[in-house]
Amino acid sequence: MSDVHLALGGASFDGLVKITELPGQGMVTLRGDLADKTIVQAVQHAFGVALPGVRETAFDGENGALWMSPDEALLLCPYAEAEDRVSALTGHLQGAHALAVNVSDARSVFELKGRMLREVIAKLAPVDMSPDAFGPGMVRRTRMAQVAAAFWMDDASTARVVCFRSVAGYMFDILSNAAEEASAVNYFVR
Amino acid sequence: MSTRLPTQGRLINRDRDVAFTFNGTRLTGHDGDTLASALLANGQTLMGRSFKYHRPRGVVASGSEEPNALVNLGEGDTLEPNQRATTTEIFHGLKATSQNHWPSLDYDIGAVNTLLARFLPAGFYYKMFIHPRPFWKYVYEPFIRKSAGLGKAPAAEARDPDRYEHFYAFTDVLVIGGGVAGLQAALSAAQSGAKVLLLEQTPHWGGRTPVDGGTIDGKDAETWIAETVAALDAMPNVTLRSRTVGAGVYDHGYVLGYERLTDHAPEDRGPRHRLWRIRAAQVITATGAIERPLSFAGNDIPGVMLAAAMRDYVVNYAINPGDRTVIVTNNDDAYRTAIALHEAGLKVPAILDARPNGGGALMEEAKALGLTVKTGAAIAKVKGHKAVHSVLVTQQDSDGSETTEIFCDAVAMSGGWSPVVHLWSHCGGKLTWDATQAAFRPDHDKAPTSHDGQPFVIPAGSADGEMNLSAILQNAAKAGQTAATRTGADKSSDAAPTAEAPDEAPLAPVWMMPANAPLKLRAKAWLDYQNDVKVSDVQLAAQEGFESVEHTKRYTTLGMATDQGKLSNINGLATLANALGEDIPQVGTTTFRPPYTPISMGAIAGEARGDIFQPIRKTPMHDWHDANGAHWEPVGHWRRPYAFPRKGESVKDAVNREVLATRNSLGLLDASTLGKIIVKGPDAGRFLDMLYTNMMSTLKPGNCRYGLMCTENGFLADDGVVARIDEDTFLCHTTTGGADRIHAHMEEWLQTEWWDWKVWTVNATEQFAQVAVVGPNARNLLEKLGGMDVSKDALGFMEWKDGDLAGVPARVYRISFSGELSYEIAVPANLGRAFWDKLLEAGKEWDITPYGTEALHIMRAEKGFIMIGDETDGTVIPQDLGLDWAISKKKDDYIGKRAQARSHMTDPDRWKLVGLETLDGSVLKDGAYAIAGGTNANGQTNTEGRVTSTYYSPTLQKGIAMGLVLNGPDRMGEVITFTDGGDDTKTARIVSPVFYDPDGEKQNV
Amino acid sequence: MLLLTCPYCGVDAEETELHAGGEAHLKRFGPGASDEDFTAYLFHRENPKGVHFERWRHANGCGKWFHAARCTNTLEVFGTYKAQTTEPPKDLLDTIRAKRPGFRWRDLA
Repeated sequence: MSDVHLALGGASFDGLVKITELPGQGMVTLRGDLADKTIVQAVQHAFGVALPGVRETAFDGENGALWMSPDEALLLCPYAEAEDRVSALTGHLQGAHALAVNVSDARSVFELKGRMLREVIAKLAPVDMSPDAFGPGMVRRTRMAQVAAAFWMDDASTARVVCFRSVAGYMFDILSNAAEEASAVNYFVR
Repeated sequence: MSTRLPTQGRLINRDRDVAFTFNGTRLTGHDGDTLASALLANGQTLMGRSFKYHRPRGVVASGSEEPNALVNLGEGDTLEPNQRATTTEIFHGLKATSQNHWPSLDYDIGAVNTLLARFLPAGFYYKMFIHPRPFWKYVYEPFIRKSAGLGKAPAAEARDPDRYEHFYAFTDVLVIGGGVAGLQAALSAAQSGAKVLLLEQTPHWGGRTPVDGGTIDGKDAETWIAETVAALDAMPNVTLRSRTVGAGVYDHGYVLGYERLTDHAPEDRGPRHRLWRIRAAQVITATGAIERPLSFAGNDIPGVMLAAAMRDYVVNYAINPGDRTVIVTNNDDAYRTAIALHEAGLKVPAILDARPNGGGALMEEAKALGLTVKTGAAIAKVKGHKAVHSVLVTQQDSDGSETTEIFCDAVAMSGGWSPVVHLWSHCGGKLTWDATQAAFRPDHDKAPTSHDGQPFVIPAGSADGEMNLSAILQNAAKAGQTAATRTGADKSSDAAPTAEAPDEAPLAPVWMMPANAPLKLRAKAWLDYQNDVKVSDVQLAAQEGFESVEHTKRYTTLGMATDQGKLSNINGLATLANALGEDIPQVGTTTFRPPYTPISMGAIAGEARGDIFQPIRKTPMHDWHDANGAHWEPVGHWRRPYAFPRKGESVKDAVNREVLATRNSLGLLDASTLGKIIVKGPDAGRFLDMLYTNMMSTLKPGNCRYGLMCTENGFLADDGVVARIDEDTFLCHTTTGGADRIHAHMEEWLQTEWWDWKVWTVNATEQFAQVAVVGPNARNLLEKLGGMDVSKDALGFMEWKDGDLAGVPARVYRISFSGELSYEIAVPANLGRAFWDKLLEAGKEWDITPYGTEALHIMRAEKGFIMIGDETDGTVIPQDLGLDWAISKKKDDYIGKRAQARSHMTDPDRWKLVGLETLDGSVLKDGAYAIAGGTNANGQTNTEGRVTSTYYSPTLQKGIAMGLVLNGPDRMGEVITFTDGGDDTKTARIVSPVFYDPDGEKQNV
Repeated sequence: MLLLTCPYCGVDAEETELHAGGEAHLKRFGPGASDEDFTAYLFHRENPKGVHFERWRHANGCGKWFHAARCTNTLEVFGTYKAQTTEPPKDLLDTIRAKRPGFRWRDLA
């Protein structure tokens, strides 16, 4: 949504990968037992996706769900719908012990596009980014340099990185720094 | 005088000249030269001065073990001291200067120390600088400081212009060292199916085998190396990295690699160094071996070189190290140098072999070339000062008194080879003494173990003590296969190639040359070149009772130089063992610690410099603050405006203006940084009752309550306002610095103690921008914005309500930290800036004034409200602060309750919170202590309190303070004395901490 | 730098993702507890050279607290397990007994 006031106003950088601050992303944090049937069904009803397995993602168009912990999921939807989705989800939960919170404004999302995205991430996160260890369909919560972050890959050349809104500037700067044109490691791609 | 040979030079390109300067003199080398080889090619054999005696020194080695040829590289912002000339690749425009001399390398005043050497033995500093004590500060310290330090530190204002970065790599097998052993180990591991990363510290593959000769699979070594590198490079499961040193091996397979990307090509863009943070399941250390010097008098004179290093300079760089070179050795390898020199057309007047019966096949080859071999021979002394003049030859089994002189201008020495066991040892690998080779080698039964308790480091090649080419390759192939198998790779690898190299006769350990050298010779036989430690120093240390090798190291500084004892270690140990009359293995080694060679601070910092040195957290209104002159205050990683000074206004004046404007009309505070944690569940009330000292479960939905949180120690940890959202849901505000910490605290108790309680938490801090609208006109402003009823009846003090202000969805809390009529309004973060702008616009008619943290602090202090971190410091309990009203008496338990019943916590003499007013209206010093009579057992002045918060109150136009004072609340009106930081004191009266509006009439309107 | 497997998300997490939380399996003593019990709960800690049970949090990760059984001498990790328990799992204890015969930790052996 273009009228969402982003932390960095939609900043972008072109280097080893193209880095773009994505426009408003609806995000709902769900706390609850992800194995609980009522909760699984409520998510299915409100977001149209099945809750993914451990460290996995599930997407259907603009809707998605990311596994964050055994009792936490990050649910994705269009920005403008987040509040309504929280209400819908809470309604479907029917008294099951759970907590759904709209966190769309609490976070910033960056897209990394390009074949070198694995090594840009590997400069910042203590995570094995080789294709046999990480790929589309998976999500990883970790740190990138000095801040908490989560990332996942939509396809071989697209990744999304989520961090707290207050450190969006820092995240953009470290990503851009890691993606400086002359700094290719050529580790994953030769 | 060294020069360039017409032939040889496999690593240099004679067609490409490279211009550089040394001590300002313009010199020319070739592409492929190291700084050391280029200097030698220009006849510059004198490269530096030693640390203690300022002895003239030339290059002694050809690799990272070099102790002498250290230079300052670059200038200004890029100046870097203590760079090894032997590992520095020259480039056009390189600027090097020599170190540790004044005024010049050729003429150095400090060299007078060498004349005083007999007065500067081991432990000199400890013995000399003891008495008299008054000299410590003004005589000895300046002297020691002046002589301390090697090389030149960059200027204070210099700023490193280069970029650095980290890279996280994961691999099955990491091979450190790209010599033939490393290449073969990598090949075997990769053929077995493992993922392999191979690091080599130099720009070249193959190590020293191309120089040493031999054939592999019937090919000359160089061909085999090129083919093997090509084969590895073509394998998808192999990564090769040259100019990358394996710097350290750490727990659980963690290894640091240090890649030098642009040191040799500074015009290249991109990072200068990259720190590889590698996690390897198995590590193969194919780190080679280092040749040992021999200990004879004058073994440090420029022109005396390790035999293999000299061979490197001849073969790799076409250097003529001297027209007449005497070889001195206790093993066969040095004969290769003799042969290489002879083949290069240089004269070798004699080969002095300390072994009574000489060597094997290589000796015969040398003899066949017509070279003179003297067995059982030794150097008694090298004559010369800045260059070798001659050697005095004697029998090894003698005291060196009977000598013959051989004129020469270079000496090549070899005391045998020590496997490079550093990386094996970093993480606990043990060593075993190999008497045949007189060297420590890895003890395979005591390998470093990883998280699974299994070995994870395998030494290969000469690093494992194998010195014959065929054995090296066999050993390395086995290491590669073993490592791969341990990682679960199940393919088989090809058999090791066969190699042919001459058989070598065993060495004879020689630790002093000649064996019975008198003191005058031993005092000129260097062990540690850089730190000027001689054979006589180690013997003196032993004589003075330093029996432990670790003590001897520190007493003599043996092995403490920047080469970390790479050359001196074994010779020093052997000398110590002999002096103590013990065997070398009993004396043991000093500890090998990473990094193997020095790595740059920039590489360690990685990207963390300049603007991204650390994260800066910004609120949605940050840019407005920045554009409006905010004077920033760091609060954790947040930046909060301290005040908004206007043009020409001091920060102090701005603070006072902001306080008065708020008290008199309308102020605005960005409170977005306050933590907001949502706590929900059937047990949420019960949980918060445990977390807070107050009773939270009785709070009614729609209401707010100020709460205190303690640690299990009873000490106050955080405070904030809790709002009950509905029956099951609470929103807990924390301090700015407390959001993450308190959220973690909640999760810790929920996950690890009360995991059966039904409670969920979410840290929603950043979902909202929060603004405090404060002052007598606060309600007027909100009513002007419109959208919801914020009247006294609709929204009473300590109530909250959801609604809509000026079209923005808002949650409005009527809470006050200033004592004024006040609303804290939370809006979605993305609308925060727009909402802030609306408030400013609509508030103009009341002279709306944004204020910063200092005005916030002053206003809360005027009201006697405590601040976590000011009134608390981790030793303060709520009862100390007169907050008993916030501690529920009805609850059986809360975190910290039991601790607060401990005897020291209930001691009536604990210092307690009071207000303080100076008698003259001035401001007390923050942290100042109240002085009580007399002194304590340590002779220190007794104290009876301290200032915790102190400000000038513009409202009251005088200094106000809070402090913790002995029996304070019982001493109202009493005047006590505070220090002023220095010798002055200030008197202050004990008063109530509530200075302003004690009845709360202003906030309750 | 240690590598511990988080039993909740399965990640082999390096230390920079983790937060160390001291000794595991402390029994909380609250109001009414004797000074002796409370002092022991608050301050007395095991400091073994050998087998130790510790708390860790996957702080830069799934956020979960877990327990690790580790040898403080060799840094061997015998296993990690979820924090919602008052004692180590039996199979882990068997593993440790096999690897470190005769080990003692508080009242475990």
